[in-house]
Parts: sequence; C-alpha cells; structure tokens
Amino acid sequence: MADVHAEMVANVWKVTAAEGDQVNEGDTLVILESMKMEIPVLAEEAGTVAKLAVTEGQVVQEGDLIAVIE
Amino acid sequence: MFESVLVANRGEIASRIIHTVRAMGLKAIAVYSEADADLPYVAEADEAILIGPPQPARSYLDAARILEAARRTNAQAVHPGYGFLAENAAFARQVIDAGLVWIGPPPLAIARMGDKINARNLMKEAGVPVAPGVWEPVPDADTAVEEAERIGYPVMVKAAAGGGGIGMAAVRDEAGLRAAFETARTRAERFFGSADILLERYVERARHVEVQILGLADGTVVALGERDCSVQRRHQKVVEETPSPGVTGELRERMLAAAVRAGEAIGYRGAGTVECLVDPATKDFFFLEMNTRLQVEHPVTELVTGIDLVEQQLLVAAGEPVSFTEIDPRGHAIELRVYAEDPVRFLPGPGTIEVWEEPVGEGIRIDAGYAEGNTVTPHYDPLLAKLCVHAETRGDAVLRARAAVGAFRIEGPKTNLPFLAELLDRPEFADGSYDTGLVGRMRGR
Repeated sequence: MADVHAEMVANVWKVTAAEGDQVNEGDTLVILESMKMEIPVLAEEAGTVAKLAVTEGQVVQEGDLIAVIE
Repeated sequence: MFESVLVANRGEIASRIIHTVRAMGLKAIAVYSEADADLPYVAEADEAILIGPPQPARSYLDAARILEAARRTNAQAVHPGYGFLAENAAFARQVIDAGLVWIGPPPLAIARMGDKINARNLMKEAGVPVAPGVWEPVPDADTAVEEAERIGYPVMVKAAAGGGGIGMAAVRDEAGLRAAFETARTRAERFFGSADILLERYVERARHVEVQILGLADGTVVALGERDCSVQRRHQKVVEETPSPGVTGELRERMLAAAVRAGEAIGYRGAGTVECLVDPATKDFFFLEMNTRLQVEHPVTELVTGIDLVEQQLLVAAGEPVSFTEIDPRGHAIELRVYAEDPVRFLPGPGTIEVWEEPVGEGIRIDAGYAEGNTVTPHYDPLLAKLCVHAETRGDAVLRARAAVGAFRIEGPKTNLPFLAELLDRPEFADGSYDTGLVGRMRGR
C-alpha cells in the first residue's frame, strides 16, 4: 500500500484515474498545476487505486494526500 | 503627452514600469488580484485598483475588468507589460477604441506576428532567413510525418499561437513526432485556444539570440543590440546576456539589419524583439518569432546602452521623439532569473517569504516582484526577481554575478539560487561556449 502526497501547493487541474482502477508504476493519477506548469502525479507502484482524495479545481497544500494505491 | 498610465500587469514588471512612469512625472495606476494585495508594486503606484480573484482569467486576463479600472481612475494610457494581455491584438484594439493610448505596437502588427506560421511566411518575404519548415498549419499526425521527412529530422513541434515553451518539443523520429504532435495539439488548444501546429527544422547545439528593436514615432526602426538567451529549462529562459559570446561583429551586423527589416515589414512601433536561432558551426541564423512587447530580459540592453526602454515606449506611444541620439553599447550585462522553484528538477515551490536580502553594490540591478513577508502563490509564473549585473568585460560580469548570487538570501519558498551559482561555475558558461542544451547537460538529460 502506498500513499501519494502533493509535493507543493497547487491546483488540481485533472483527475485522470478513478477509484478501483488498476494502475502500473508510472501511470498518471492526477495532473496538478502550479505557477503555469502542469505537474503529473504518478503511481509509485502497481496496484489498485483504493482512494482518490482530490477533485478537479481543488487547491492542495504541500503534503496533502492525493491517492492511496493498494 | 498623456498624464497617467494604468499598468495592466503584476509583480516585478509592474514595479519596473511604475518606476519609469513616476520618474517621468506621470501618474502610475496599478491593478491587482486578491492574491497580490501585499506585493510591493501595489504600494509603489499612485493609485491601485482591485480587479478580481486570484485566477488570471478573472483578473489580469479579464479585459473588461481592466478597462473598467482604467475608466474609474481616468487613466489615459495602458501599459500591458509582458504576458497576460500584452500580445492580445483584440485587447489592444479595445484599449484604443475606449479612447486610451495603447503603449505597444499597432494591433495589426501584434496579430500578424501572433501566428508563428504567418510570421515565418511574412519574414521570408521580407528577406529574413527562416529555418526549413511548413507554410501552413499541419492538420494531422500523418501529414506531420510526411512534412518531417521533407524537412529532415530532428524537427521542432510548436503551437502556432503559442509562447513560453508550452507544447514545444524536439523530436528525432516518427514515433517521437506522433506522440509530440498529439501533446502539442492538446496543450495548444487549452493554453492558446488554437490547435494549429507548426513544424520546423531543429538546429542542434544552437544558440538562442534575439535582437531588441524600437519602432520610432516617425516610422523608422532601429536595433539596440542582441541578447543571448541560450540558458533555458523547459524551453524557458533562465539567464540572458549581452553582447552574445557566440556572435561575431559581422554576424551581429547581419542580424541587426534583418531585425530592422522585420520591424519595417510590419509597420512596427515601440519596443519589440526578433528572436533567432544561431548555428554556431555555420554562423547561419534563422528567424524564430517576434515578441511584440517589452521583453522580460530588457534590463541587460538597458544596462549596456544606458537607454530606459520603458521611457522610449511611452514617448513613442505619445508620438514624441525618443530620448537618445545614439546607440553606443558599453561593457557586458548578465541577467539571472530568480525563480521560486527547486534547483534540481525546477518544480514550482510556492511559499511565504521569511527572509529576503538583496545583494547591493556597483553594477548590480535587482528588479524584484516580492519582498519579505509576501506569499508566493501557485496562481502565477515563478519569477521572483531578476538579478542583473553590468561590468566592463564579460569576465568581470561573471565574477560580479557570482558574488551577487552568493549574497542573495531568500528563505521560505524554494529558489533556483543554488542552480544559478552552479551555472556560473560551469566551464562552458564561464567561457561563453554554451548552447541551448546546457541546462539539460547539467541535469543529465
């Protein structure tokens, strides 16, 4: 099981995965946007998306939980 | 001459413009979003108007709100800075139609250069060299592959309406091209509202060199020297200098003459920049695009020429002669962009500024957008300040830059100051032989 956290303050631009999806290591879960840059948040290991804690348009702070992979 | 100027921008460039507006005895009016109320430029203006929430689309990109602020404050002229609405021909037209002075080129000149394919074609006609590429937008990936075979790999994929490196990629083969083409289309549509894609030959180990031009009120166009902008990450500039260590006297003469022809071909007025790629091996240069506005890195030209470019913009917009009689660049100037980003991967690092101590001394100029206590938010670009140095020789300028970077203290947000220090010690920067691949090589890419 792996928690995926935000590395910086950012807006959630796109949520590209859904709870229950099977993902591989390196798959994009969410795309953040900060300071005119898109920052893809990737799955660090293969598994199932057990939880997606953000929605599009939301602002996340550094360290906020984005997703849980099981 | 008009008596008041509304600055339709934020951060360091708003401060920079307000400084000259006030020095000329004119009234400076700032606009700001809810995120920027505490920034220095708001306090530096004679009057400041809140125009909306932090999101750019509802503040700095909202033409109606900016025009409303101009009306409420009886502003007589509008300076757009760079970015946001600066290269929006429709906004320029709206400003003029509202009876205000637009401090920028004619809307038609903005529109003609705004589409990079159109701009390429115009420049070719005007006798300005362009790289092998397409003459019309590439409609689909199959056509892109056909065109790339004709042009020859590697090719550069670009958004025709784009800027800031967004959606740009250099590709070496068909697979790379197909992937980059789709990404570029998606981004171009999202960021620029046009999915038109341009392909151009990519020049390996090129230098990115641009020429500052100024179209005068009487219709003549002059060139104020070049700037080397080859230090880039993600196709965005980090460090610029003038003169370019890769441009010889003869090449400089050809480039400046071509830039003047480019400006004349479109009836240019005010400050503009003709961006080119220089192939150091052959000494050939190719037109890339024209920026129809004040450039971020304009201070290096100001430092060597002693000419205040914002002052000239205002004079030209008012139909008056410029304030200088000759262009006589002296010494060497370097600008280092201090970004709120980590120095290794260059990822954004917003945060609250707990310590801000600028270097001071002879030959040092800081154009800052923030001060101690301000919060750097994720809503805008990561530029915190421009650290500029001027000295008699390039060697002395590099030494001065090293000392100044070492003395700049910012705590709170992540900054690229450690990267700038590393760059200044890098042999190919120190000896001036670098090209646009430098930052990639420093980071093993």
